[in-house]
Amino acid sequence: MFEAITQNLTEALGNMARGKLSESNIRDGMAQVRHALLEADVNYDVAKDFCDRVTEEAVGEQVLKSLKPGEQIVGIVYRELVNLMGPVDHSIELRRGEMTVLMMCGLQGSGKTTTCGKLAKMLKEEGAKPMLVAADLQRPAAIEQLKVIGEQIGVPVYAEPADRSSPVKVCQNGRKEANRQGCNILILDTAGRLHVDDALMKELIEIDNRLMPHQALLVCDAMTGQDAVNSAKSFNEALELDGVILTKLDGDTRGGAALSVKAVTGVPIKYIGVGEQLDRLEQFHPDRMAQRILGQGDVATLLETA
Amino acid sequence: MGMFDKLKSALTKTKDVLRTDVRDLFKAGVILDDAKLEEFFRGLVTTDMGVVAAQSIVDELKAKFGGRTVEPDDVWGVVKGKLKEILRGEGDCNWDVTDPLSPLNLAEEGPTVILVCGVNGVGKTTSIAKLANYLQKAGKKVVLAAGDTFRAAAVAQLTMWSERLGCEIVTKPAGTDPAAVAFEGCDRGVESGADVIIIDTAGRLQTHQNLMQELGKIHRVIGKRIPGAPHESLLVLDATTGQNGLSQATKFSEAANCTGIVLAKLDGTAKGGVVVAIREKMGIPVKYVGVGEQIDDMELFSPDDFVDALFSDV
Ligand SMILES: Nc1nc2c(ncn2[C@@H]2O[C@H](COP(=O)(O)OP(=O)(O)OP(=O)(O)O)[C@@H](O)[C@H]2O)c(=O)[nH]1
Ligand SMILES: Nc1nc2c(ncn2[C@@H]2O[C@H](COP(=O)(O)OP(=O)(O)OP(=O)(O)O)[C@@H](O)[C@H]2O)c(=O)[nH]1
Ligand SMILES: [Mg+2]
Ligand SMILES: [Mg+2]
Repeated sequence: MFEAITQNLTEALGNMARGKLSESNIRDGMAQVRHALLEADVNYDVAKDFCDRVTEEAVGEQVLKSLKPGEQIVGIVYRELVNLMGPVDHSIELRRGEMTVLMMCGLQGSGKTTTCGKLAKMLKEEGAKPMLVAADLQRPAAIEQLKVIGEQIGVPVYAEPADRSSPVKVCQNGRKEANRQGCNILILDTAGRLHVDDALMKELIEIDNRLMPHQALLVCDAMTGQDAVNSAKSFNEALELDGVILTKLDGDTRGGAALSVKAVTGVPIKYIGVGEQLDRLEQFHPDRMAQRILGQGDVATLLETA
Repeated sequence: MGMFDKLKSALTKTKDVLRTDVRDLFKAGVILDDAKLEEFFRGLVTTDMGVVAAQSIVDELKAKFGGRTVEPDDVWGVVKGKLKEILRGEGDCNWDVTDPLSPLNLAEEGPTVILVCGVNGVGKTTSIAKLANYLQKAGKKVVLAAGDTFRAAAVAQLTMWSERLGCEIVTKPAGTDPAAVAFEGCDRGVESGADVIIIDTAGRLQTHQNLMQELGKIHRVIGKRIPGAPHESLLVLDATTGQNGLSQATKFSEAANCTGIVLAKLDGTAKGGVVVAIREKMGIPVKYVGVGEQIDDMELFSPDDFVDALFSDV
């Protein structure tokens, strides 16, 4: 299945790169690019708009008159994809003399708790003193899970009994405890929630208002399909996200959600999760992601020969 | 103006289009032209059914009704009829609304074993709790086996559910071979005269070969302990999943011979359309849908309701 798409795209781009270009075969080729983007789970509107723009640019005189027009189009497709997803600022700025607060949010099961652990480990290795806060009082054993993770990486975890606390309260008390222990980063692990669940979205906004996180990070499953735009948009409207972390990229998903989420929210993707282990966090690279969405190695080869 | 800015402003314009209802597309008397068909294609793709399936439906509509005035009932009849037919399959799965256990293959004799697998975070453990609840309500005695010995506090999570359900659970320390937990779960089920044994497994991505082999081993060990088991091998899919669902269904079936799908998280805005492609290509039926995080947030799958829901507020 993936081979077929990759082949189509390779053919389309290859034909464009080799052959003589006319407006009509540019349009045919771009239709194939659009097909490939949809198969990679890029949202329909995002894919369509992308292809319309590139087509417009490509049929422009400059390209048709250039020496190697086909190659130029291949380049445009790739470059515009990269531009769309970049530039990326990977830094998590530490506040001087003040607690830096990071808040994770996202749909159920997207990888928030694991990513909290990964970030804490990374920051600790960079010399910071993080503390994790178990603000998911909802899912069975969510607190236990964060505690196990904290133990694995040697980072303190602040938690309160689920039946005698509230997410806001545990976050506020967590900050006090972090101050007391001399920590300088507080990472809030919130419960998974649907973007259409008004009560739970309100709860998240309340944490946001009370704790004023320096970064609100959306954790998004890279296997998400067309719906990625809907959830990302809602979380962004509620919280003004500072970044996105895309998880589970260690599988064979093409990861079109990356393009969709960035396009509809404008929020940069900062990190990617590439495994369950707590050291499996990497910086996001738009160029690699563009290659992955388009079919990995093949596009790279085409670009090299182009 | 950069490409990105252009795209952003264009998307603000299409924002409202995102909310259009596909049901309004085919109004009586309008001509079914390419623009209408493209808009319908968009609606189909948005359900995550995949470009190939969407294109074949659009092609069929074009051949049958292209350029003619629309009779909404005819057009919808073709579209929904085709999808319902695919999802229903050839009588290999039974969804009887009066009997929530109807889609399950139960053992003729002795305990039924249900193995539950899927990629990370899709809803396996929660679906097991929901399923156990169904079974207990039907008077069945259930034993759970906490076969996820890898993820932090996965055993604690299933244990909490078993306490709420009041059913027996077999656990072993973190890091134990999951096949050993499955084996002991079967043992325990047989000994205690359980009707159903449900085995949880760790989430795994289908491309990690060692983990898929581990799943294969769990499957084999169960069969060694109880011939003919597992009687059900359920793949849990997240309704937000896109085209990767096909790869999941393919590779999990290779390892664990999946007999049914639980489509979790259908309570969001995602449509879960990839199950259409999975049913068509691989024949695996959806048996249940998850519609929330609580224990009774599960429903029997219904091909008809599902297809109707695909087109509401796409
Ligand atoms: N393969 C892989 N698995 C991941 C990755 N990140 C998280 N996971 C797994 O995904 C599953 C869900 O992760 P959690 O961290 O519990 O997700 P969550 O968002 O906190 O879930 P809820 O709190 O229930 O909403 C677990 O099995 C994790 O091990 C990743 O980058 N790759
Ligand atoms: N909204 C909604 N959430 C669900 C549904 N099913 C499960 N969840 C939530 O999804 C998250 C993950 O569920 P789990 O049952 O832990 O998933 P899992 O597949 O066992 O995860 P791993 O064992 O980590 O791979 C939890 O927060 C659940 O509460 C559902 O049908 N709807
Ligand atoms: Mg969590
Ligand atoms: Mg689980």
